[in-house]
Amino acid sequence: MLLSNLEMVPGRRVAKHLGLVQGSTVRAKHVGKDIFAGLKNIVGGELKAYTELLQESRDEATQRMVKQAEAAGANAVLNVRYATSSITAGAAEIFAYGTAVVLE
Amino acid sequence: MQLILDNLDVLFFVVLFFIGYVAGRWNERRHYASIRKRERELAGVLVFSNRFPPVAAAQVDSRLVSGSVVISDDYFKDVMSGLYSLFGGRVRSYESLIDRARREAVLRMKDEANKLGAEMIINVKFQTFAIGGRNQNSVKGVELLAYGTSLAPVRR
Repeated sequence: MLLSNLEMVPGRRVAKHLGLVQGSTVRAKHVGKDIFAGLKNIVGGELKAYTELLQESRDEATQRMVKQAEAAGANAVLNVRYATSSITAGAAEIFAYGTAVVLE
Repeated sequence: MQLILDNLDVLFFVVLFFIGYVAGRWNERRHYASIRKRERELAGVLVFSNRFPPVAAAQVDSRLVSGSVVISDDYFKDVMSGLYSLFGGRVRSYESLIDRARREAVLRMKDEANKLGAEMIINVKFQTFAIGGRNQNSVKGVELLAYGTSLAPVRR
């Protein structure tokens, strides 16, 4: 599965458009990690646990989008976009969407 | 002794403020040094916000690459932002925080592209997401995401 946030693939022709595919996941944070992150709020620096959490969630949302594209018979998803929004104080939704296409 | 006990919260604040200032500055300086060093190392990977690849790049392998980072503010920055929000104007303590996060995200994206053998990344998009900060106890941080399409020459 080829993923790209371009509207085309250089050197290849889009044979068929299959429409919008999407994947999303809602993740909550971990209390134990939060205590350490609370300490980091005093001295500053990267919150590695949070970076990983959001990265994992984004990977999962992307995987779900890819699964949907596979089910539709696509071999590429173009114009991929990400969106993140906070649902409540402790949880965030990660959303990935794009257009499923068949490349020649 | 009684005076110290009575003003324990003030003492606590002053200590945190001082720790935040010293450790925060040290962290920021170290991070900037690391950013500058890696920016020189990855200068070979070009980054564009163009939607279309250059005409010369007809035979390329395109792939989605991304980089993200969550950066926490420190106690000093937190207090300063509170003060700034009273008077308005530029919140300098946060400007440098976001700048660091965005450059770090771009570097991670470049690093991923570099590992794929790409020479450029096009159609780069940025996304900023504030974590927490809704109540006093929640952890404050900001996530910066950079993503784009890496173009690597096809090897034959």
